[in-house]
Amino acid sequence: MALVTVTIDGQTVQVPAGTSVLDAARSIGIKIPALCHDPDLTPVGACRLCVVEIENMRNLPASCVTTCTEGMVIRTNTEKVIEARRTILELLIANHPLDCLTCEKSGSCLLQEYCYEYGVTSDIYAGEKHSYPIEDSNPFYLRDMNKCIVCGRCIRACEEIVGKSILDFAYRGFNTKVGPFMDTPIGESECVYCGSCVAVCPTGALTEKDMVGKGRKWEAKKVKTVCPYCGTGCTIDLNVKDGKVIGVTGNPDGDVNGRFLCVKGRFGYQFIHSDKRLKTPLIKKDGVFKEATWDEALGLVASKLKEVKEKSGPDSIGFLSSARCTNEENYLLNKFARAVVGTNNIDHCARL
Amino acid sequence: MTNSINEITGADFILACGTNTADCHPVISYKVNQAVRKGAQLVVVDPRVTDFAMTASEHLQLKPGTDIALFNGMMNVIISEGLWNKEFVENRTEGFEALKEAVAKYTPEYAAEITGVPADKIREVARAYAKAEKATILYTMGVTQHTCGTHNVFAVANLAMLCGQIGRESTGVNPLRGQNNVQGACDMGALPNVLTGYQSVTDPAVREKFGKAWNCTISEKPGLTVGEMMSAAAHGDIKAMFIMGENPVLSDADAGHVVEGLKKLDFLVVQDIFLTETAQYADVVLPAACFAEKDGTFTNTERRVQRVRKAVEPPGQALADWEIICRLATAMGYPMSYASPSEIMDEIAGLTPSYGGISFARLEEKGIQWPCPTPDHPGTPFLHAEKFSRGLGKFNPVEHVPPDEAPDAEYPFILSTGRRLYHYHTGTMTRKGMLGEFFPADYLEISCEDAERLGINDGDKVRVATRRGAMEIAAKVTDTVPKGVLFTSFHFAETPVNMLTNPKFDAIAKIPELKVCAARVEKA
Repeated sequence: MALVTVTIDGQTVQVPAGTSVLDAARSIGIKIPALCHDPDLTPVGACRLCVVEIENMRNLPASCVTTCTEGMVIRTNTEKVIEARRTILELLIANHPLDCLTCEKSGSCLLQEYCYEYGVTSDIYAGEKHSYPIEDSNPFYLRDMNKCIVCGRCIRACEEIVGKSILDFAYRGFNTKVGPFMDTPIGESECVYCGSCVAVCPTGALTEKDMVGKGRKWEAKKVKTVCPYCGTGCTIDLNVKDGKVIGVTGNPDGDVNGRFLCVKGRFGYQFIHSDKRLKTPLIKKDGVFKEATWDEALGLVASKLKEVKEKSGPDSIGFLSSARCTNEENYLLNKFARAVVGTNNIDHCARL
Repeated sequence: MTNSINEITGADFILACGTNTADCHPVISYKVNQAVRKGAQLVVVDPRVTDFAMTASEHLQLKPGTDIALFNGMMNVIISEGLWNKEFVENRTEGFEALKEAVAKYTPEYAAEITGVPADKIREVARAYAKAEKATILYTMGVTQHTCGTHNVFAVANLAMLCGQIGRESTGVNPLRGQNNVQGACDMGALPNVLTGYQSVTDPAVREKFGKAWNCTISEKPGLTVGEMMSAAAHGDIKAMFIMGENPVLSDADAGHVVEGLKKLDFLVVQDIFLTETAQYADVVLPAACFAEKDGTFTNTERRVQRVRKAVEPPGQALADWEIICRLATAMGYPMSYASPSEIMDEIAGLTPSYGGISFARLEEKGIQWPCPTPDHPGTPFLHAEKFSRGLGKFNPVEHVPPDEAPDAEYPFILSTGRRLYHYHTGTMTRKGMLGEFFPADYLEISCEDAERLGINDGDKVRVATRRGAMEIAAKVTDTVPKGVLFTSFHFAETPVNMLTNPKFDAIAKIPELKVCAARVEKA
């Protein structure tokens, strides 16, 4: 692939032709803020926060939609650039509830992060603010359109990744709002609740409902593991606080899925802490289950299996292993059936 | 899968057969969407007009159980129009003449008669598949859950080999497996005829290897499949069962027969995370840790072995399944002890060539796709690049055979089963939280035409019955199913459709015909 050479803040870098200025800068560790840009989605240059100065260009171009050309000289941190970014942030928060004290997104909100970085503290432009009711029309996620900065990431994720295209911009100008067809509540739309929009939202406009009030983003320990549902094998992060799974989020390093999941993978984790979970071994006596110790239960199973094996032979015992258990566990049950009991009667629901 | 999931985005033609990908493998449907956005053509073969089928450029709405006629029809077109990949057929396959002969009678018109798919559509799709640069086939249980399931897969494989659409990146034959570790359970020898890595119990060298490693004598007699075990239990030949993390009372065909078998057992142990419908019949129930409470690995549908990590403690006295098995084996007089699942994987790698190079240390950052024979092997993103496992790819010509049960005067409908987006298998996990609240009960899909004729309105309680059982369920009057076809899922104990399904299975794979049985429906 052809390479082009550009200079960014005095550093010379070679990048493949077609690389955006934003990606070129990020590739050498230069931070450029961006709200509407997402590496998994088409760049649109909407938020203008990623503006830079480029020699021989008239205005401040948005780096996410500007392609590197040979010999380009780029500056990402001039006074003009900083001032422009600060103004953009000031304009954004002029119509944004500054309720970071209680906002679920606090700590992982890009708007908050950039305002902190650029020292933007309050709304210096007094003007009209939106006052949409918080939309709670489905069990999975909340929509607070007062916090939406109309970056359009959710729209693009729904269309480009998921292929549902439920969302688009409705209305015009100040009233521009993201919504489904006819701006109905999401609960009345064709949404399938995969939460991809929530995953890409840079602010508190979209949040996982079940995670509300369960803990701050920085308090949750993320444990990288694999989704327990279908065979796709999506990587998920279990968000853990005080020994409880408080939510599931995608992991950008997921081999198969990146950050994107389906409704089951993202929202179907409550069974982990269900009060219906089995907590002790049970032995049935006179048709009723009675709690037992491990020693009692395993002693009974061992003696019964031995008895049946001795009386009727190993092939009178059958094992069903599990497509839900780990490889190691399936291996051990296979070993148990074949080595300990001595039968090949082992199967699982591979055909269902 | 012969290929990797991410390779789907690179295909320019996707033939999705008997898969409701958007509902059953949503994230894989995202890859299909990305391919389509780049210009790939998507063709869906499904008797139902699913949302996924609606996104296709062509939807071949075949009659249930007529897949072979469709694929043979496509091959007939490809051969008669000279579109097959001569080089691939010549160098990589054997048995072409027999295939040519077998598909000769499946003219598009003849195939159309059997399948209900117009002949011109069969021609069009056959040509597009043959001419595509990188065509990939996705399929799931719509292809396999038939008495001719294995033959259906042969037909799919014949088509791919005929066109040389296999063995390259983004081209192949890709069964999408339905459960998080169904691939791994098969790989690990949780099958009656093979040990780990599909090493046959009938091979004396394999038995000797495992016998030595495990200090035992491996039986040379292949065991029984789940369906056969349930029948043997009902006949009194199987006297005790140990069921780990399965719920056959809801998941298996002809569940009434399953219950009969379980009731007849002298002793039943169920090890699970919930007191399932199956556990109710147990003599002893052992509480297990769920996926979030233990370490280990799962292998996904693209053969990728990935790390499962413990995030929280199990409730009460529940233990990881591997710990329970170790303790039970020890109690049986066979000492079994491992410090961690990592040690178990080392033992697996030592006995399983395809997992030979896999260890927890290597899996820390990224998953590895088997075959991975040695510690320095990078894994295998797609299979059959240079040659097939057996050398030359063998064409296995197959003939259309109708399903075991055809609709008749008494049972005039075809009842088919599958899954819903919001639930998983027997609902033990998905019905415990938000998903259960959102989708609390299932319904029976019935066509507008049939509903009108029978005076059934949307939401009416109906009684659906087959030769094996009956249940009541709410009707959903919809265009999703064609006239004469009924559909529901097996997720709900309240509407246990497997009390009705046909356990008649494929002679080779022993897979029951869950996709077709004769049924009748009436207002309850």
